Amino acid sequence: MSQLFSADYLPMDSPDSDATKVSAWGLLRLRQQLEQGLPLVPRPYRVLAERTGLSEQEVMDAISQWQSNGLIKRLGLVVKHRTLGYTANAMVVWDIPDEQVQALGKAMADVPFITLCYQRPRRLPDWPYNLFCMIHGTNRERVLAQLDSLIAGHNLQHIQYAVLFSNKAYRQRGGRYVSHD
Amino acid sequence: MRLDAADRQLIDSYQRSLPVCERPYEEMGRTLGLTEEEVIQRLSALQDKKVLSRVGPVFEHSQAGASLLAAVAAPEEQMDLVAARINRAPGVNHNYAREHTYNLWFVMTAPDNELLEEHLDELEKELKLPMLRLPMVEGYHIDLGFDIDWEALS
Repeated sequence: MSQLFSADYLPMDSPDSDATKVSAWGLLRLRQQLEQGLPLVPRPYRVLAERTGLSEQEVMDAISQWQSNGLIKRLGLVVKHRTLGYTANAMVVWDIPDEQVQALGKAMADVPFITLCYQRPRRLPDWPYNLFCMIHGTNRERVLAQLDSLIAGHNLQHIQYAVLFSNKAYRQRGGRYVSHD
Repeated sequence: MRLDAADRQLIDSYQRSLPVCERPYEEMGRTLGLTEEEVIQRLSALQDKKVLSRVGPVFEHSQAGASLLAAVAAPEEQMDLVAARINRAPGVNHNYAREHTYNLWFVMTAPDNELLEEHLDELEKELKLPMLRLPMVEGYHIDLGFDIDWEALS
């Protein structure tokens, strides 16, 4: 829990003062509130202020600070791609030689139709794959064609891979790190 | 789902940087030629239609707490049951069926790694199914705020 209260996430300079401690709880409450999304009312930050015991200005300052220190990656409309028609979502997993995985990961991240790309550990013998990328597509044929072009473009013909289309979402929501379910 | 031009513009313009000011929806409206009330109504409707999961921040999980991708191999006929059990575990925010022997893929979050491992241990014990735990080693591209290809959707 300690990192939730670390000075990086507090707008004040003196994390030991009593005033700051009260505020630290306010900021934790603010994070819990934000994980549920912004209220859709004319002054959403004032509503968050009322719910957390902070002032409207403190709420806006905290959010701006979290954006600039990277705790908040982005602030905006979070789209459910499946509802829009992105129904062919493929997780493509690759068994890349360790010494090439980083370079290839970076190269794949620049491919326009790849929406996520990361390295994960192998779990042998069941799971030999160490590079994951996601293609959010509108139909299966198109995704498979994109995959073919990826393989040809990066000379991956000799690499073992698997395509895991998702056919059902049992849950899709934002991460809740500090709120309770 | 077909959306009108204003809804598309809202999505195209505000996936990443919603204004942080007293009247953010008013400012968005000013940019797009809508009233504050229209912006709020449209966002509410998009949420109701499940086009949006929410309006708000996406946290960087490596800073926000602990998070882990895991997968289990569930017998085909028990998938719904196992998926429901996974959803009841604390902190599960994504859970998808995928076409593979490991057919249920989920992301679990917790305030720290210790709690996360504890919750996964409990779940694994209860499910009695093989589970893969796949923490991120390095992210090369880890943001789902990509531009919507409206043409491909139409």
